[in-house]
Amino acid sequence: MSMNKRSKRKLLVVMVLLGVALATVLGLTAFEENLLYFYSPTMVKNGEAPAERSFRAGGLVVAGSVERASDSLLVKFDITDNEETMRVEYSGILPDLFREGQGIVAMGAFNDKNVFVATEVLAKHDENYMPPEVASALKAAEQNK
Amino acid sequence: MFKKIWGWIQRFSSPKHFYSISGKLIPWFAVPAALLGIYGLYMGLFVAPTDYQQGESYRIIFIHVPAAWMSMFIYVVMAISAAIGMIWQIKLADMIASASAPIGAWFTFLALVTGSLWGKPMWGAYWVWDARLTSELILLFLYFGYMALQSSIEDQRTADKASGLLAIVGVVNIPIIHYSVEWWNTLHQGATVAKFDKPSMHIDMLIPLLVMAIAAKLFYAAIVLIRARNEVLYRERNRQWVRELVEKL
Repeated sequence: MSMNKRSKRKLLVVMVLLGVALATVLGLTAFEENLLYFYSPTMVKNGEAPAERSFRAGGLVVAGSVERASDSLLVKFDITDNEETMRVEYSGILPDLFREGQGIVAMGAFNDKNVFVATEVLAKHDENYMPPEVASALKAAEQNK
Repeated sequence: MFKKIWGWIQRFSSPKHFYSISGKLIPWFAVPAALLGIYGLYMGLFVAPTDYQQGESYRIIFIHVPAAWMSMFIYVVMAISAAIGMIWQIKLADMIASASAPIGAWFTFLALVTGSLWGKPMWGAYWVWDARLTSELILLFLYFGYMALQSSIEDQRTADKASGLLAIVGVVNIPIIHYSVEWWNTLHQGATVAKFDKPSMHIDMLIPLLVMAIAAKLFYAAIVLIRARNEVLYRERNRQWVRELVEKL
């Protein structure tokens, strides 16, 4: 008798958990787009990013693409997801980790000249941690290849 | 056979038995936690090399990452305890769950604050609403919800049932936190240590991090035992054995 009650409670807990998990999966799938923190250049090219309002675009800063104005904080650079590339213009102070080859996320919108003008630039950090000596050794090994 | 084991579990998990055993166990967790914590912090903050990208700022990882791991680990412990309490009606399991909640909430808070302090110089923002940060904030609210239900319901059995159900339901958030950085584009970076190929971290940084993670686990073990003992005394305050214990003082 008591075993019966116990397995009933067990079943209840499992059912509740399964129900909530299913609801969560459905909810997250439905709101997939809102959960994306940024759009990649490929998604932007394919027209998946909103055209009318501002959105975030993210990618790696293309090496050699950064142009700084000499008399203002204006900076222009390309970001890429290694498939498509897009130009970003930003006027303001860049975060510490902004550098060529580094991932960034830019909040902004296309202006009427079809240039993506950012109002905020955040640096995206990667998951690699190492001392500077190791980093330069890795770089040297890459170049020798 | 099953009856024998069941009887043994019931005897072992009796609050009185737990009270006497846990008192002896606490120093075995607390002392190594303190030693490893001091060693890990020293190694992390002074000995580990600087990072090639972030310089010295990355050192907050030695607090941030163990705190974030603990925030999820404690939640899982809490949810499992609540489920055991609900299904097998073992009172001790409910006490472990309610003793765990504030510890987990503090670790979550610590992970959020250290992450935020690091985010400003590195990302350029204290806070962003990406999937990782948002799901970790929801975790903090789940802990708050559990604690609120525990303290607002007068009858202890009803309180354990209501808050336990919340703890069990909220466990779906745990895989979301962990996989958020893979499922969606987030500003938060991907996993460094907890991934299948080798960790993307230099060994001299990884060791202090793992030492801190073990220290945090032992710290939790010690604190949860202390808190659970208080919970036992409070809930059993009208029982004969607690009265005898108090009279001896």
